[in-house]
Amino acid sequence: MSVRHALLGLLSEGPKYGHQLRQEFEERTGDVWPLNVGQVYTTLQRLERDGLVESDDTASEGTQNVYRITGAGVDELGIWLHTPPDLTSPPRDELVIKVLVALRMPALDVRDVLQVHRRYLVELMQQWTRLKEDEGEFDFALALVVDSELFRLDSVIRWLDAVDGRLKRAEIEPPVAVPELPRLRRRLAVRR
Amino acid sequence: MNVLELREVTKAYGEGMAQVHAIENVSLSVERGALVAIMGPSGSGKSTLLTIAGSLEEPTSGEVFIEGAPLSTMSHNEKARLRRQTLGFVFQDFNLLPGLTAAENVSLPLELDGMKAKKAHTIAMSMLGEFGLGDRASHFPDQLSGGERQRVAIARAVIGNRHLLLADEPSGALDSVNGEAVMRMILNACKQSGVAAVVVTHEAQLASWADRVVFLRDGHVVDQTVPPPTPEQLVHTAQQR
Repeated sequence: MSVRHALLGLLSEGPKYGHQLRQEFEERTGDVWPLNVGQVYTTLQRLERDGLVESDDTASEGTQNVYRITGAGVDELGIWLHTPPDLTSPPRDELVIKVLVALRMPALDVRDVLQVHRRYLVELMQQWTRLKEDEGEFDFALALVVDSELFRLDSVIRWLDAVDGRLKRAEIEPPVAVPELPRLRRRLAVRR
Repeated sequence: MNVLELREVTKAYGEGMAQVHAIENVSLSVERGALVAIMGPSGSGKSTLLTIAGSLEEPTSGEVFIEGAPLSTMSHNEKARLRRQTLGFVFQDFNLLPGLTAAENVSLPLELDGMKAKKAHTIAMSMLGEFGLGDRASHFPDQLSGGERQRVAIARAVIGNRHLLLADEPSGALDSVNGEAVMRMILNACKQSGVAAVVVTHEAQLASWADRVVFLRDGHVVDQTVPPPTPEQLVHTAQQR
C-alpha cells in the first residue's frame, strides 16, 4: 500500500491539513487501513523534500501547515496510477507449497488437505460478505475493498478446485510418469 | 424448528455392478430463517439433493421431512399441494413463462392454488414493488434483463407465505453484481420473512452469503463451515494486520 501516492491523490483534490489527510485516507479505504499521524507527517516531509508537495510556510508556531500538490506531484501521481504493480514473480505461496508437499505423501488424502483450506477460505469469505451485507450498501469504498478481498480469496478456492479436478482426472487417466518438481523456471526460460 | 430435514438419504441409479450413488447417507437440517449453501464440483450430487428435498424425485433410502412431515407417506396429490403452497423453486435459467408478464408469472402460483386473479395480482404487484420491480410488472420476460428475470423468479418462488426456497445455481447466468443482488434478495427473504433457503452453487462468492456452507464430494457431505464472527471482529482482525 503506497501511503505516499494515496496522500498525493487526496491532495490532488485541493490543499489539506495533515490531520485531515489522515482522516480522509481512512474514510476512503473503508476504515480497513488505519494510519497514524506520525506516518502522515513523515510521508509529507519526504514528499516536500522530493518537491511533490509544498506546505504553507507562513503558518505560525502551534498552527498546522496546509499542504498542496505541486506540478511534479501531479505528474508522479499520474505515472503511479498508470503503472501496473509488479505481479511477474513466480508464486511462492505457502498454500501452493503445502499442496505440493502433500502430493508427495502417499499416506495422505490430498483432497482432505484441500478441503481444510477450502473451508477456511469460504469462512473468511463469509466474514467479508457479512461486512458488505451490513455496510456495503452505504459505503462505496468499503464495498470495493471487500469485493477485492472476496475476489482474491475466490481465486484461491478456484485453484483448490482445479487441483481437485486434476487429481480426479489423474485417477481416471494415470500419468505415464510421476511428475517431479514443477519446472516453471525452466519453462519460462524456454518461452523467452 | 427444522423446515427441511434429510435423514440418511441415498439416491442410487442403475442396478448391480452398474449402480451409481448420486448421493449417499446425506443428512441435513435447515431451520426457519436460515440460508444454507451446498457447494461442490459438478457431479458431486448437489442437484440430486435439491430435487429430492423438493419432492421432485424419491430417495432410494432415507427420509425427507418438510416441516416435520415425512414425504414418503404423502400421496402424489399431497406432494403437489406441498410444492404449490410450501416450496418455491429457483433455477439457473429462470423458468419464467414467456407468454406471461412479470406480474402474471409471480401471481401464477396463487391462482393455481385457487386464489381469485384480482387478489393474486394485487399481492404480486406488492411483492414486485418490494423487490424494486414495480415498474417492470407489465413487461414480458424477454423485455427484462437477466438479473430482473431472476428477481421475478425469486418473487414467484416466495410469494404466498412459502416456507422453503430451493435454488439451483440461481445466479449462474448472471454477472457478479446481479448475482449479488439475487443472493441479497434470498437472504432478505430468510431474515425478514423467516423463509428457509437451500442454495446449490459451485461459486464460493455466492455461497459466502449463506449462514452455513455444506460441502458435498462424490455424493457425501464431507464438511461444513462454522458460524462466522461478527463484522466488528473482522474489522478488528483486519486492522491488526
